[in-house]
Amino acid sequence: MSLMQAIKARDASLLPSRRDEAWRYSDLRAAIREIPGASPEASRPTGPPPLVDVEADHEILVLNGRAEAKGFLAVAGAPITLRLRIVSDAEHTLHQSALTLDLEPGADLTLIETYEGQGSAYVSGFSLAISLGAGARLERIVLVDEPADAISISRSEIELQPGARLAQTVVCSGARLQRHETEVRHPGGGADVRLDGLYLLDGKRHADLTTVLAHTAPDGTTRQLTKGLAKDQARGVFQGRILVEEGADRTDARMGHHALLLNDGAEIDAKPELEIYADEVSCAHGNTVGSLDDAALFYMRSRGLPEAEARALLMQAFVGEVVDRIEHDGARAAVQAWVARRLEALA
Amino acid sequence: MLSIENLHVSIGDKEIIKGLSLQVPAGEVHAVMGPNGAGKSTLSYTLAGRAGYEVTEGMATLDGEDLLALEPNERAAKGVFLSFQYPLEIPGVPTLTFIRAALNAQRKARGEGEVSAPAFLKLAREAAGKLKIDFDMLKRPLNVGFSGGEKKRMEILQMAMLSPRLLILDETDSGLDIDALRIVSEGVNAMRSPDRSMLVITHYQRLLDYIKPDRVHVLASGRIVASGGPELALELEAKGYDQYAKAAA
Repeated sequence: MSLMQAIKARDASLLPSRRDEAWRYSDLRAAIREIPGASPEASRPTGPPPLVDVEADHEILVLNGRAEAKGFLAVAGAPITLRLRIVSDAEHTLHQSALTLDLEPGADLTLIETYEGQGSAYVSGFSLAISLGAGARLERIVLVDEPADAISISRSEIELQPGARLAQTVVCSGARLQRHETEVRHPGGGADVRLDGLYLLDGKRHADLTTVLAHTAPDGTTRQLTKGLAKDQARGVFQGRILVEEGADRTDARMGHHALLLNDGAEIDAKPELEIYADEVSCAHGNTVGSLDDAALFYMRSRGLPEAEARALLMQAFVGEVVDRIEHDGARAAVQAWVARRLEALA
Repeated sequence: MLSIENLHVSIGDKEIIKGLSLQVPAGEVHAVMGPNGAGKSTLSYTLAGRAGYEVTEGMATLDGEDLLALEPNERAAKGVFLSFQYPLEIPGVPTLTFIRAALNAQRKARGEGEVSAPAFLKLAREAAGKLKIDFDMLKRPLNVGFSGGEKKRMEILQMAMLSPRLLILDETDSGLDIDALRIVSEGVNAMRSPDRSMLVITHYQRLLDYIKPDRVHVLASGRIVASGGPELALELEAKGYDQYAKAAA
Protein backbone atom coordinates (compact mmCIF):
# COMPACT_ATOMS: atom_id res chain seq x y z
CA MET A 1 0.00 0.00 0.00
CA SER A 2 1.47 3.25 -1.10
CA LEU A 3 0.14 5.01 1.98
CA MET A 4 2.38 2.80 4.12
CA GLN A 5 5.42 3.47 1.92
CA ALA A 6 4.78 7.18 1.98
CA ILE A 7 4.47 7.13 5.75
CA LYS A 8 7.66 5.11 6.18
CA ALA A 9 9.58 7.44 3.92
CA ARG A 10 7.76 10.46 5.32
CA ASP A 11 7.34 11.53 1.71
CA ALA A 12 3.91 12.78 0.58
CA SER A 13 4.96 12.61 -3.05
CA LEU A 14 4.78 8.80 -2.83
CA LEU A 15 1.06 8.97 -2.13
CA PRO A 16 -1.28 7.86 -4.89
CA SER A 17 -2.92 10.70 -6.79
CA ARG A 18 -5.54 11.06 -9.49
CA ARG A 19 -2.89 10.17 -12.03
CA ASP A 20 -3.01 6.61 -10.68
CA GLU A 21 -5.99 4.92 -12.31
CA ALA A 22 -7.10 3.23 -9.08
CA TRP A 23 -7.11 6.58 -7.27
CA ARG A 24 -8.53 8.69 -10.08
CA TYR A 25 -11.52 9.90 -8.08
CA SER A 26 -9.87 9.99 -4.67
CA ASP A 27 -6.74 12.07 -4.88
CA LEU A 28 -4.91 11.19 -1.69
CA ARG A 29 -1.85 13.28 -2.57
CA ALA A 30 -3.99 16.38 -2.97
CA ALA A 31 -5.60 15.71 0.41
CA ILE A 32 -2.31 15.14 2.26
CA ARG A 33 0.24 17.81 1.37
CA GLU A 34 2.62 16.77 4.08
CA ILE A 35 2.87 13.58 6.10
CA PRO A 36 1.61 14.56 9.56
CA GLY A 37 3.33 13.61 12.80
CA ALA A 38 2.46 10.41 14.61
CA SER A 39 -0.67 10.33 16.73
CA PRO A 40 -0.08 10.09 20.47
CA GLU A 41 -1.21 7.22 22.60
CA ALA A 42 -4.79 7.70 23.63
CA SER A 43 -6.78 6.45 26.54
CA ARG A 44 -9.52 3.93 25.99
CA PRO A 45 -12.58 5.53 24.49
CA THR A 46 -15.26 6.43 26.97
CA GLY A 47 -18.01 6.81 24.41
CA PRO A 48 -20.06 3.82 23.36
CA PRO A 49 -19.26 2.12 20.06
CA PRO A 50 -21.76 2.89 17.27
CA LEU A 51 -23.00 -0.69 17.21
CA VAL A 52 -23.40 -0.75 20.95
CA ASP A 53 -26.34 -3.11 21.09
CA VAL A 54 -24.56 -5.97 19.45
CA GLU A 55 -23.20 -8.52 21.87
CA ALA A 56 -19.83 -9.92 20.97
CA ASP A 57 -17.81 -12.87 22.22
CA HIS A 58 -14.52 -11.07 21.67
CA GLU A 59 -13.37 -7.52 21.16
CA ILE A 60 -10.18 -6.11 19.70
CA LEU A 61 -9.54 -2.42 20.11
CA VAL A 62 -7.22 -0.52 17.81
CA LEU A 63 -6.57 2.88 19.30
CA ASN A 64 -4.67 5.48 17.30
CA GLY A 65 -2.91 2.71 15.44
CA ARG A 66 -2.08 0.64 18.51
CA ALA A 67 -3.78 -2.71 18.32
CA GLU A 68 -4.44 -4.89 21.35
CA ALA A 69 -3.65 -7.96 19.27
CA LYS A 70 -1.79 -8.83 16.10
CA GLY A 71 -4.64 -10.93 14.87
CA PHE A 72 -7.45 -13.29 15.59
CA LEU A 73 -8.00 -16.97 14.91
CA ALA A 74 -11.57 -18.22 14.64
CA VAL A 75 -11.76 -21.93 15.37
CA ALA A 76 -14.35 -24.29 13.96
CA GLY A 77 -17.40 -24.96 16.05
CA ALA A 78 -20.05 -22.69 17.45
CA PRO A 79 -20.61 -19.30 15.78
CA ILE A 80 -18.38 -16.54 17.12
CA THR A 81 -18.93 -12.79 17.10
CA LEU A 82 -15.88 -10.55 17.08
CA ARG A 83 -16.03 -6.82 17.51
CA LEU A 84 -13.16 -4.93 15.97
CA ARG A 85 -13.06 -1.27 16.92
CA ILE A 86 -10.71 1.01 15.04
CA VAL A 87 -10.78 4.17 17.07
CA SER A 88 -9.16 7.45 16.09
CA ASP A 89 -8.81 10.00 18.84
CA ALA A 90 -6.35 12.44 17.37
CA GLU A 91 -5.98 15.98 16.01
CA HIS A 92 -3.98 16.64 12.85
CA THR A 93 -1.81 13.54 13.36
CA LEU A 94 -1.42 10.20 11.64
CA HIS A 95 -1.68 6.59 12.72
CA GLN A 96 -1.91 3.28 11.00
CA SER A 97 -1.94 -0.38 11.81
CA ALA A 98 -2.53 -3.83 10.38
CA LEU A 99 -4.22 -6.97 11.61
CA THR A 100 -4.75 -10.53 10.44
CA LEU A 101 -7.89 -12.56 10.77
CA ASP A 102 -7.89 -16.30 10.12
CA LEU A 103 -10.87 -18.59 9.97
CA GLU A 104 -10.19 -22.29 10.37
CA PRO A 105 -11.98 -24.64 8.00
CA GLY A 106 -15.60 -24.77 9.10
CA ALA A 107 -15.36 -21.72 11.38
CA ASP A 108 -18.36 -19.38 11.57
CA LEU A 109 -17.53 -15.78 12.40
CA THR A 110 -19.46 -12.55 12.45
CA LEU A 111 -17.07 -9.61 12.36
CA ILE A 112 -18.43 -6.26 13.43
CA GLU A 113 -15.85 -3.74 12.37
CA THR A 114 -16.37 -0.13 13.35
CA TYR A 115 -14.32 2.93 12.51
CA GLU A 116 -14.97 5.47 15.20
CA GLY A 117 -13.57 8.94 14.79
CA GLN A 118 -13.46 11.01 17.93
CA GLY A 119 -10.92 13.66 17.04
CA SER A 120 -10.55 15.81 13.98
CA ALA A 121 -8.45 16.18 10.86
CA TYR A 122 -6.49 13.00 11.53
CA VAL A 123 -5.14 10.58 8.97
CA SER A 124 -5.94 6.95 9.67
CA GLY A 125 -4.68 3.91 7.82
CA PHE A 126 -5.76 0.37 8.53
CA SER A 127 -5.22 -2.89 6.77
CA LEU A 128 -6.68 -6.28 7.37
CA ALA A 129 -5.61 -9.63 5.91
CA ILE A 130 -8.37 -12.21 6.10
CA SER A 131 -8.23 -15.87 5.20
CA LEU A 132 -11.16 -18.28 5.17
CA GLY A 133 -10.51 -22.01 5.32
CA ALA A 134 -12.61 -24.51 3.38
CA GLY A 135 -16.26 -24.27 4.31
CA ALA A 136 -15.71 -21.35 6.69
CA ARG A 137 -18.28 -18.62 6.90
CA LEU A 138 -17.61 -14.95 7.55
CA GLU A 139 -20.14 -12.18 7.75
CA ARG A 140 -18.33 -8.88 7.92
CA ILE A 141 -20.28 -5.77 8.80
CA VAL A 142 -18.26 -2.58 8.54
CA LEU A 143 -19.50 0.76 9.80
CA VAL A 144 -17.29 3.73 9.07
CA ASP A 145 -18.40 6.78 11.03
CA GLU A 146 -15.85 9.55 11.05
CA PRO A 147 -15.65 13.33 11.33
CA ALA A 148 -16.08 15.38 8.15
CA ASP A 149 -12.45 16.57 8.16
CA ALA A 150 -10.74 13.19 8.70
CA ILE A 151 -8.82 11.18 6.16
CA SER A 152 -9.25 7.47 6.46
CA ILE A 153 -7.96 4.68 4.29
CA SER A 154 -8.84 1.10 4.96
CA ARG A 155 -7.81 -1.83 2.88
CA SER A 156 -8.46 -5.52 3.21
CA GLU A 157 -7.26 -8.56 1.33
CA ILE A 158 -9.45 -11.59 1.60
CA GLU A 159 -8.54 -15.08 0.49
CA LEU A 160 -11.11 -17.88 0.46
CA GLN A 161 -10.84 -21.64 0.13
CA PRO A 162 -13.42 -23.64 -1.83
CA GLY A 163 -16.78 -23.97 -0.14
CA ALA A 164 -16.21 -20.87 1.99
CA ARG A 165 -18.72 -18.08 2.22
CA LEU A 166 -18.02 -14.38 2.62
CA ALA A 167 -20.78 -11.83 3.15
CA GLN A 168 -19.65 -8.24 3.52
CA THR A 169 -21.55 -4.99 4.05
CA VAL A 170 -19.69 -1.70 4.27
CA VAL A 171 -21.69 1.29 5.46
CA CYS A 172 -19.97 4.65 5.54
CA SER A 173 -20.47 8.27 6.45
CA GLY A 174 -17.76 9.73 4.24
CA ALA A 175 -15.13 12.13 5.52
CA ARG A 176 -12.76 14.59 3.91
CA LEU A 177 -11.47 11.52 2.12
CA GLN A 178 -12.61 8.10 3.15
CA ARG A 179 -11.75 5.02 1.19
CA HIS A 180 -12.66 1.46 1.94
CA GLU A 181 -11.02 -1.02 -0.33
CA THR A 182 -11.58 -4.77 -0.51
CA GLU A 183 -9.62 -7.20 -2.60
CA VAL A 184 -10.94 -10.75 -2.83
CA ARG A 185 -9.38 -13.90 -4.27
CA HIS A 186 -12.34 -16.08 -5.12
CA PRO A 187 -11.45 -19.78 -5.43
CA GLY A 188 -14.71 -20.98 -7.02
CA GLY A 189 -15.52 -24.55 -5.99
CA GLY A 190 -18.88 -23.56 -4.59
CA ALA A 191 -17.48 -20.62 -2.66
CA ASP A 192 -19.92 -17.75 -2.43
CA VAL A 193 -19.25 -14.06 -1.97
CA ARG A 194 -21.56 -11.16 -1.23
CA LEU A 195 -19.99 -7.71 -1.33
CA ASP A 196 -22.36 -4.90 -0.42
CA GLY A 197 -21.87 -1.25 0.29
CA LEU A 198 -23.75 1.86 1.28
CA TYR A 199 -22.62 5.47 1.46
CA LEU A 200 -24.70 8.30 2.92
CA LEU A 201 -23.00 11.62 2.30
CA ASP A 202 -23.66 15.28 2.92
CA GLY A 203 -21.66 18.48 3.25
CA LYS A 204 -18.31 18.03 1.53
CA ARG A 205 -17.89 14.43 2.53
CA HIS A 206 -16.20 12.03 0.17
CA ALA A 207 -16.51 8.27 0.33
CA ASP A 208 -14.86 5.78 -1.97
CA LEU A 209 -15.90 2.15 -1.99
CA THR A 210 -13.50 0.16 -4.10
CA THR A 211 -13.60 -3.58 -4.62
CA VAL A 212 -11.48 -5.86 -6.75
CA LEU A 213 -12.62 -9.44 -6.95
CA ALA A 214 -10.94 -12.17 -8.95
CA HIS A 215 -12.60 -15.48 -9.74
CA THR A 216 -9.64 -17.82 -10.12
CA ALA A 217 -11.32 -21.22 -10.59
CA PRO A 218 -14.66 -22.65 -11.80
CA ASP A 219 -18.03 -22.63 -10.06
CA GLY A 220 -17.98 -19.54 -7.91
CA THR A 221 -20.77 -17.08 -7.24
CA THR A 222 -20.60 -13.39 -6.40
CA ARG A 223 -23.36 -10.95 -5.57
CA GLN A 224 -22.55 -7.30 -5.20
CA LEU A 225 -24.90 -4.44 -4.42
CA THR A 226 -23.79 -0.94 -3.54
CA LYS A 227 -26.07 2.02 -3.05
CA GLY A 228 -25.45 5.61 -2.16
CA LEU A 229 -26.94 9.01 -1.49
CA ALA A 230 -25.07 12.26 -1.97
CA LYS A 231 -26.27 15.67 -0.86
CA ASP A 232 -24.79 19.20 -0.87
CA GLN A 233 -21.31 19.04 -2.42
CA ALA A 234 -20.64 15.48 -1.32
CA ARG A 235 -18.96 13.01 -3.61
CA GLY A 236 -19.50 9.29 -3.75
CA VAL A 237 -17.14 6.97 -5.56
CA PHE A 238 -17.81 3.38 -6.47
CA GLN A 239 -15.18 1.32 -8.20
CA GLY A 240 -16.07 -2.31 -8.61
CA ARG A 241 -14.02 -4.71 -10.63
CA ILE A 242 -14.84 -8.35 -11.17
CA LEU A 243 -12.24 -10.36 -12.99
CA VAL A 244 -13.09 -13.84 -14.21
CA GLU A 245 -9.77 -15.45 -14.91
CA GLU A 246 -9.08 -18.01 -17.58
CA GLY A 247 -10.43 -21.37 -16.44
CA ALA A 248 -12.89 -19.89 -13.94
CA ASP A 249 -15.72 -21.40 -15.96
CA ARG A 250 -19.36 -21.37 -14.85
CA THR A 251 -18.73 -18.30 -12.71
CA ASP A 252 -21.94 -16.54 -11.75
CA ALA A 253 -21.41 -12.90 -10.80
CA ARG A 254 -23.70 -9.90 -10.53
CA MET A 255 -22.75 -6.37 -9.66
CA GLY A 256 -25.07 -3.46 -9.06
CA HIS A 257 -24.41 0.14 -8.10
CA HIS A 258 -27.26 2.58 -7.72
CA ALA A 259 -27.01 6.09 -6.37
CA LEU A 260 -29.17 9.15 -5.94
CA LEU A 261 -28.00 12.73 -6.17
CA LEU A 262 -30.11 14.76 -3.77
CA ASN A 263 -29.20 18.11 -5.32
CA ASP A 264 -27.20 19.65 -8.14
CA GLY A 265 -23.88 20.17 -6.36
CA ALA A 266 -23.35 16.54 -5.40
CA GLU A 267 -21.31 14.12 -7.47
CA ILE A 268 -21.17 10.38 -8.03
CA ASP A 269 -18.35 8.66 -9.87
CA ALA A 270 -18.92 5.04 -10.73
CA LYS A 271 -16.61 2.64 -12.46
CA PRO A 272 -18.06 -0.85 -12.70
CA GLU A 273 -15.82 -3.28 -14.57
CA LEU A 274 -16.34 -6.87 -15.63
CA GLU A 275 -13.40 -8.59 -17.23
CA ILE A 276 -14.06 -12.10 -18.44
CA TYR A 277 -11.54 -14.63 -19.75
CA ALA A 278 -13.51 -17.83 -19.04
CA ASP A 279 -16.33 -19.79 -20.68
CA GLU A 280 -19.98 -20.38 -19.82
CA VAL A 281 -20.02 -17.58 -17.34
CA SER A 282 -23.10 -15.71 -16.23
CA CYS A 283 -22.10 -12.15 -15.41
CA ALA A 284 -24.05 -8.91 -15.32
CA HIS A 285 -23.68 -5.44 -13.99
CA GLY A 286 -26.02 -2.52 -13.60
CA ASN A 287 -25.21 1.04 -12.71
CA THR A 288 -27.65 3.90 -12.28
CA VAL A 289 -27.33 7.42 -10.94
CA GLY A 290 -30.52 9.43 -10.63
CA SER A 291 -32.46 11.68 -8.33
CA LEU A 292 -35.52 11.31 -6.16
CA ASP A 293 -38.59 10.89 -8.37
CA ASP A 294 -40.54 14.19 -8.40
CA ALA A 295 -43.72 12.49 -9.56
CA ALA A 296 -43.52 9.99 -6.72
CA LEU A 297 -42.85 12.83 -4.25
CA PHE A 298 -45.93 14.71 -5.45
CA TYR A 299 -48.00 11.56 -5.22
CA MET A 300 -46.86 11.01 -1.62
CA ARG A 301 -47.47 14.63 -0.69
CA SER A 302 -50.94 14.54 -2.22
CA ARG A 303 -51.70 11.83 0.34
CA GLY A 304 -50.66 14.09 3.18
CA LEU A 305 -46.95 13.46 3.72
CA PRO A 306 -44.88 16.63 4.23
CA GLU A 307 -42.05 16.94 1.72
CA ALA A 308 -39.22 16.09 4.14
CA GLU A 309 -41.07 13.02 5.33
CA ALA A 310 -41.81 11.89 1.79
CA ARG A 311 -38.15 12.32 0.84
CA ALA A 312 -36.98 10.42 3.93
CA LEU A 313 -39.38 7.58 3.18
CA LEU A 314 -38.14 7.30 -0.42
CA MET A 315 -34.50 7.42 0.69
CA GLN A 316 -35.06 4.83 3.39
CA ALA A 317 -36.74 2.54 0.88
CA PHE A 318 -33.87 3.06 -1.55
CA VAL A 319 -31.09 2.15 0.88
CA GLY A 320 -33.13 -0.43 2.78
CA GLU A 321 -32.39 -3.07 0.18
CA VAL A 322 -28.71 -3.09 1.17
CA VAL A 323 -29.31 -3.00 4.92
CA ASP A 324 -31.90 -5.78 4.72
CA ARG A 325 -29.26 -8.12 3.30
CA ILE A 326 -27.29 -8.05 6.56
CA GLU A 327 -27.83 -11.49 8.06
CA HIS A 328 -26.86 -10.91 11.70
CA ASP A 329 -30.05 -9.70 13.39
CA GLY A 330 -28.41 -7.49 15.99
CA ALA A 331 -26.02 -5.89 13.52
CA ARG A 332 -28.81 -5.30 11.02
CA ALA A 333 -30.94 -3.56 13.65
CA ALA A 334 -27.98 -1.43 14.76
CA VAL A 335 -27.14 -0.45 11.18
CA GLN A 336 -30.81 0.36 10.54
CA ALA A 337 -30.79 2.71 13.52
CA TRP A 338 -27.55 4.34 12.38
CA VAL A 339 -28.88 4.77 8.84
CA ALA A 340 -32.12 6.29 10.14
CA ARG A 341 -30.10 8.92 12.03
CA ARG A 342 -27.98 9.68 8.97
CA LEU A 343 -31.05 10.02 6.75
CA GLU A 344 -32.44 12.71 9.01
CA ALA A 345 -29.44 14.81 8.03
CA LEU A 346 -30.01 14.05 4.35
CA ALA A 347 -33.79 14.59 4.18
CA MET B 1 -68.06 23.05 -0.46
CA LEU B 2 -65.77 23.24 -3.55
CA SER B 3 -65.94 26.54 -5.35
CA ILE B 4 -63.88 27.37 -8.44
CA GLU B 5 -64.14 30.87 -9.89
CA ASN B 6 -62.68 32.03 -13.20
CA LEU B 7 -59.67 29.73 -12.91
CA HIS B 8 -56.80 30.20 -15.37
CA VAL B 9 -53.92 27.72 -15.34
CA SER B 10 -50.79 27.64 -17.46
CA ILE B 11 -48.10 25.04 -17.90
CA GLY B 12 -45.04 26.90 -19.00
CA ASP B 13 -46.25 29.49 -21.52
CA LYS B 14 -49.31 27.53 -22.52
CA GLU B 15 -52.67 28.38 -20.98
CA ILE B 16 -54.68 25.19 -20.48
CA ILE B 17 -57.53 26.24 -18.19
CA LYS B 18 -59.11 29.45 -19.42
CA GLY B 19 -61.63 30.88 -17.00
CA LEU B 20 -63.21 27.79 -15.47
CA SER B 21 -65.98 28.19 -12.88
CA LEU B 22 -67.58 25.32 -11.02
CA GLN B 23 -69.47 24.81 -7.75
CA VAL B 24 -69.79 21.42 -6.11
CA PRO B 25 -72.06 21.65 -3.03
CA ALA B 26 -71.58 19.30 -0.08
CA GLY B 27 -73.06 15.87 -0.59
CA GLU B 28 -73.13 16.11 -4.39
CA VAL B 29 -71.31 14.19 -7.10
CA HIS B 30 -70.37 16.20 -10.17
CA ALA B 31 -68.95 14.73 -13.34
CA VAL B 32 -66.59 16.67 -15.56
CA MET B 33 -66.50 15.21 -19.05
CA GLY B 34 -64.51 16.37 -21.98
CA PRO B 35 -62.44 15.39 -24.98
CA ASN B 36 -58.72 14.67 -24.78
CA GLY B 37 -56.72 17.83 -24.24
CA ALA B 38 -59.65 19.77 -22.77
CA GLY B 39 -57.78 20.31 -19.50
CA LYS B 40 -59.33 17.57 -17.36
CA SER B 41 -56.08 16.32 -15.82
CA THR B 42 -54.77 19.87 -15.50
CA LEU B 43 -57.82 20.70 -13.41
CA SER B 44 -57.27 17.76 -11.08
CA TYR B 45 -53.52 18.36 -10.71
CA THR B 46 -54.12 22.06 -10.06
CA LEU B 47 -56.59 21.29 -7.30
CA ALA B 48 -54.11 18.85 -5.74
CA GLY B 49 -51.22 21.33 -6.00
CA ARG B 50 -48.76 19.79 -8.43
CA ALA B 51 -45.67 21.89 -9.17
CA GLY B 52 -45.56 23.40 -12.66
CA TYR B 53 -49.28 24.14 -12.85
CA GLU B 54 -49.34 27.89 -12.51
CA VAL B 55 -52.55 29.60 -11.54
CA THR B 56 -52.51 32.98 -13.27
CA GLU B 57 -56.01 34.10 -12.34
CA GLY B 58 -59.05 33.04 -10.37
CA MET B 59 -59.52 31.03 -7.22
CA ALA B 60 -60.47 27.67 -5.78
CA THR B 61 -61.79 27.33 -2.25
CA LEU B 62 -62.88 24.43 -0.07
CA ASP B 63 -65.49 25.54 2.47
CA GLY B 64 -64.35 29.10 1.93
CA GLU B 65 -60.67 28.35 2.47
CA ASP B 66 -58.19 29.20 -0.30
CA LEU B 67 -56.85 25.88 -1.57
CA LEU B 68 -54.35 27.32 -4.00
CA ALA B 69 -52.21 28.87 -1.26
CA LEU B 70 -51.63 25.50 0.41
CA GLU B 71 -48.94 22.86 -0.08
CA PRO B 72 -50.17 19.54 -1.51
CA ASN B 73 -49.87 17.82 1.89
CA GLU B 74 -51.75 20.68 3.58
CA ARG B 75 -54.57 20.27 1.04
CA ALA B 76 -54.65 16.57 1.85
CA ALA B 77 -54.93 17.33 5.56
CA LYS B 78 -57.86 19.65 4.74
CA GLY B 79 -59.58 16.72 3.08
CA VAL B 80 -58.62 16.89 -0.61
CA PHE B 81 -57.92 13.52 -2.23
CA LEU B 82 -56.94 13.05 -5.85
CA SER B 83 -57.23 9.54 -7.23
CA PHE B 84 -54.55 9.49 -9.92
CA GLN B 85 -55.19 8.40 -13.48
CA TYR B 86 -51.79 6.71 -13.35
CA PRO B 87 -50.98 5.89 -9.71
CA LEU B 88 -47.25 6.01 -8.99
CA GLU B 89 -45.16 3.05 -7.92
CA ILE B 90 -43.35 3.59 -4.62
CA PRO B 91 -40.54 1.01 -4.53
CA GLY B 92 -39.45 -0.27 -1.16
CA VAL B 93 -42.34 1.25 0.80
CA PRO B 94 -44.91 -1.34 1.87
CA THR B 95 -48.47 -0.21 1.13
CA LEU B 96 -49.51 -0.38 4.79
CA THR B 97 -46.46 1.62 5.89
CA PHE B 98 -47.27 4.26 3.32
CA ILE B 99 -50.94 4.63 4.19
CA ARG B 100 -50.21 4.70 7.90
CA ALA B 101 -47.56 7.41 7.43
CA ALA B 102 -50.00 9.43 5.30
CA LEU B 103 -52.86 9.02 7.75
CA ASN B 104 -50.73 10.00 10.73
CA ALA B 105 -49.22 12.96 8.88
CA GLN B 106 -52.73 14.22 8.10
CA ARG B 107 -53.86 13.69 11.68
CA LYS B 108 -50.79 15.48 13.00
CA ALA B 109 -51.46 18.43 10.68
CA ARG B 110 -54.99 18.63 12.09
CA GLY B 111 -53.72 18.45 15.67
CA GLU B 112 -55.04 14.93 16.20
CA GLY B 113 -53.17 12.04 17.82
CA GLU B 114 -51.66 9.13 15.90
CA VAL B 115 -53.86 6.17 15.15
CA SER B 116 -52.81 3.10 17.14
CA ALA B 117 -51.36 0.09 15.32
CA PRO B 118 -54.27 -2.27 16.16
CA ALA B 119 -56.88 0.34 15.17
CA PHE B 120 -55.03 0.98 11.92
CA LEU B 121 -54.81 -2.71 11.04
CA LYS B 122 -58.51 -3.15 11.74
CA LEU B 123 -59.29 -0.22 9.45
CA ALA B 124 -57.03 -1.67 6.74
CA ARG B 125 -58.57 -5.14 6.95
CA GLU B 126 -62.08 -3.78 6.66
CA ALA B 127 -61.27 -1.53 3.74
CA ALA B 128 -59.34 -4.25 1.92
CA GLY B 129 -62.18 -6.73 2.43
CA LYS B 130 -64.74 -4.40 0.89
CA LEU B 131 -62.56 -3.85 -2.16
CA LYS B 132 -61.71 -7.55 -2.46
CA ILE B 133 -58.01 -6.83 -1.99
CA ASP B 134 -55.94 -9.69 -0.56
CA PHE B 135 -54.58 -8.32 2.73
CA ASP B 136 -51.10 -9.76 2.02
CA MET B 137 -50.90 -7.47 -1.00
CA LEU B 138 -50.78 -4.52 1.41
CA LYS B 139 -47.45 -5.78 2.69
CA ARG B 140 -45.92 -5.35 -0.75
CA PRO B 141 -44.40 -2.07 -1.93
CA LEU B 142 -47.17 0.26 -3.04
CA ASN B 143 -48.24 -0.35 -6.65
CA VAL B 144 -44.94 -2.01 -7.62
CA GLY B 145 -45.78 -4.71 -10.14
CA PHE B 146 -49.53 -4.22 -9.61
CA SER B 147 -51.87 -4.39 -12.61
CA GLY B 148 -53.79 -1.29 -13.72
CA GLY B 149 -56.91 -2.52 -11.99
CA GLU B 150 -55.04 -3.31 -8.77
CA LYS B 151 -53.54 0.17 -8.73
CA LYS B 152 -56.97 1.75 -9.05
CA ARG B 153 -58.27 -0.42 -6.23
CA MET B 154 -55.34 0.74 -4.11
CA GLU B 155 -56.35 4.33 -4.82
CA ILE B 156 -59.87 3.66 -3.59
CA LEU B 157 -58.49 1.80 -0.57
CA GLN B 158 -56.40 4.82 0.36
CA MET B 159 -59.38 7.06 -0.22
CA ALA B 160 -61.52 4.96 2.10
CA MET B 161 -58.86 4.92 4.81
CA LEU B 162 -57.96 8.60 4.61
CA SER B 163 -61.64 9.59 4.57
CA PRO B 164 -61.36 12.86 2.60
CA ARG B 165 -64.06 15.53 2.23
CA LEU B 166 -63.40 16.27 -1.44
CA LEU B 167 -62.76 13.32 -3.75
CA ILE B 168 -61.33 13.98 -7.18
CA LEU B 169 -61.39 10.91 -9.41
CA ASP B 170 -59.20 11.44 -12.46
CA GLU B 171 -60.11 8.92 -15.19
CA THR B 172 -60.60 6.24 -12.57
CA ASP B 173 -62.26 3.98 -15.14
CA SER B 174 -59.27 3.87 -17.47
CA GLY B 175 -57.63 0.48 -17.55
CA LEU B 176 -60.44 -1.26 -15.66
CA ASP B 177 -62.34 -4.29 -16.86
CA ILE B 178 -66.05 -4.60 -16.05
CA ASP B 179 -65.56 -6.51 -12.79
CA ALA B 180 -62.92 -4.12 -11.49
CA LEU B 181 -65.04 -1.17 -12.56
CA ARG B 182 -67.93 -2.49 -10.51
CA ILE B 183 -65.79 -3.09 -7.40
CA VAL B 184 -64.14 0.31 -7.64
CA SER B 185 -67.49 2.06 -8.21
CA GLU B 186 -69.03 0.30 -5.24
CA GLY B 187 -66.09 1.50 -3.17
CA VAL B 188 -66.67 5.06 -4.32
CA ASN B 189 -70.45 4.90 -3.86
CA ALA B 190 -69.98 3.63 -0.30
CA MET B 191 -68.25 6.93 0.42
CA ARG B 192 -71.12 9.11 -0.70
CA SER B 193 -72.28 11.15 2.26
CA PRO B 194 -73.96 14.48 2.96
CA ASP B 195 -70.70 16.11 4.03
CA ARG B 196 -68.55 14.83 1.16
CA SER B 197 -68.25 16.13 -2.38
CA MET B 198 -66.96 14.29 -5.44
CA LEU B 199 -65.58 15.46 -8.73
CA VAL B 200 -65.57 12.62 -11.23
CA ILE B 201 -63.39 13.41 -14.21
CA THR B 202 -63.89 11.12 -17.15
CA HIS B 203 -63.79 10.87 -20.90
CA TYR B 204 -66.43 8.17 -21.19
CA GLN B 205 -69.98 7.91 -19.96
CA ARG B 206 -69.41 4.30 -18.87
CA LEU B 207 -68.20 5.15 -15.35
CA LEU B 208 -71.32 7.24 -14.76
CA ASP B 209 -73.51 4.15 -15.13
CA TYR B 210 -71.92 3.04 -11.90
CA ILE B 211 -71.29 6.32 -10.11
CA LYS B 212 -74.45 8.35 -10.69
CA PRO B 213 -73.70 12.06 -10.82
CA ASP B 214 -75.99 14.81 -9.61
CA ARG B 215 -74.63 17.17 -12.25
CA VAL B 216 -72.61 16.79 -15.43
CA HIS B 217 -70.32 19.48 -16.82
CA VAL B 218 -68.68 19.54 -20.20
CA LEU B 219 -65.11 20.80 -20.24
CA ALA B 220 -63.77 21.91 -23.62
CA SER B 221 -60.76 24.07 -24.39
CA GLY B 222 -60.25 24.95 -20.74
CA ARG B 223 -63.81 26.10 -19.91
CA ILE B 224 -67.09 24.60 -18.77
CA VAL B 225 -69.19 24.93 -21.92
CA ALA B 226 -72.33 23.13 -20.80
CA SER B 227 -73.85 21.85 -17.56
CA GLY B 228 -76.88 19.73 -16.94
CA GLY B 229 -78.31 16.66 -15.26
CA PRO B 230 -77.20 13.04 -15.78
CA GLU B 231 -78.98 13.02 -19.16
CA LEU B 232 -76.22 15.27 -20.52
CA ALA B 233 -73.74 12.40 -20.20
CA LEU B 234 -75.97 10.15 -22.30
CA GLU B 235 -76.33 12.84 -24.91
CA LEU B 236 -72.53 13.19 -25.08
CA GLU B 237 -72.18 9.46 -25.50
CA ALA B 238 -74.60 9.58 -28.43
CA LYS B 239 -73.43 12.75 -30.15
CA GLY B 240 -69.78 13.08 -29.13
CA TYR B 241 -67.83 16.17 -28.10
CA ASP B 242 -67.56 17.77 -31.54
CA GLN B 243 -70.32 20.34 -31.07
CA TYR B 244 -68.66 21.62 -27.89
CA ALA B 245 -65.16 21.62 -29.27
CA LYS B 246 -66.44 23.87 -32.08
CA ALA B 247 -68.43 26.03 -29.69
CA ALA B 248 -65.38 26.57 -27.49
CA ALA B 249 -62.99 27.29 -30.34
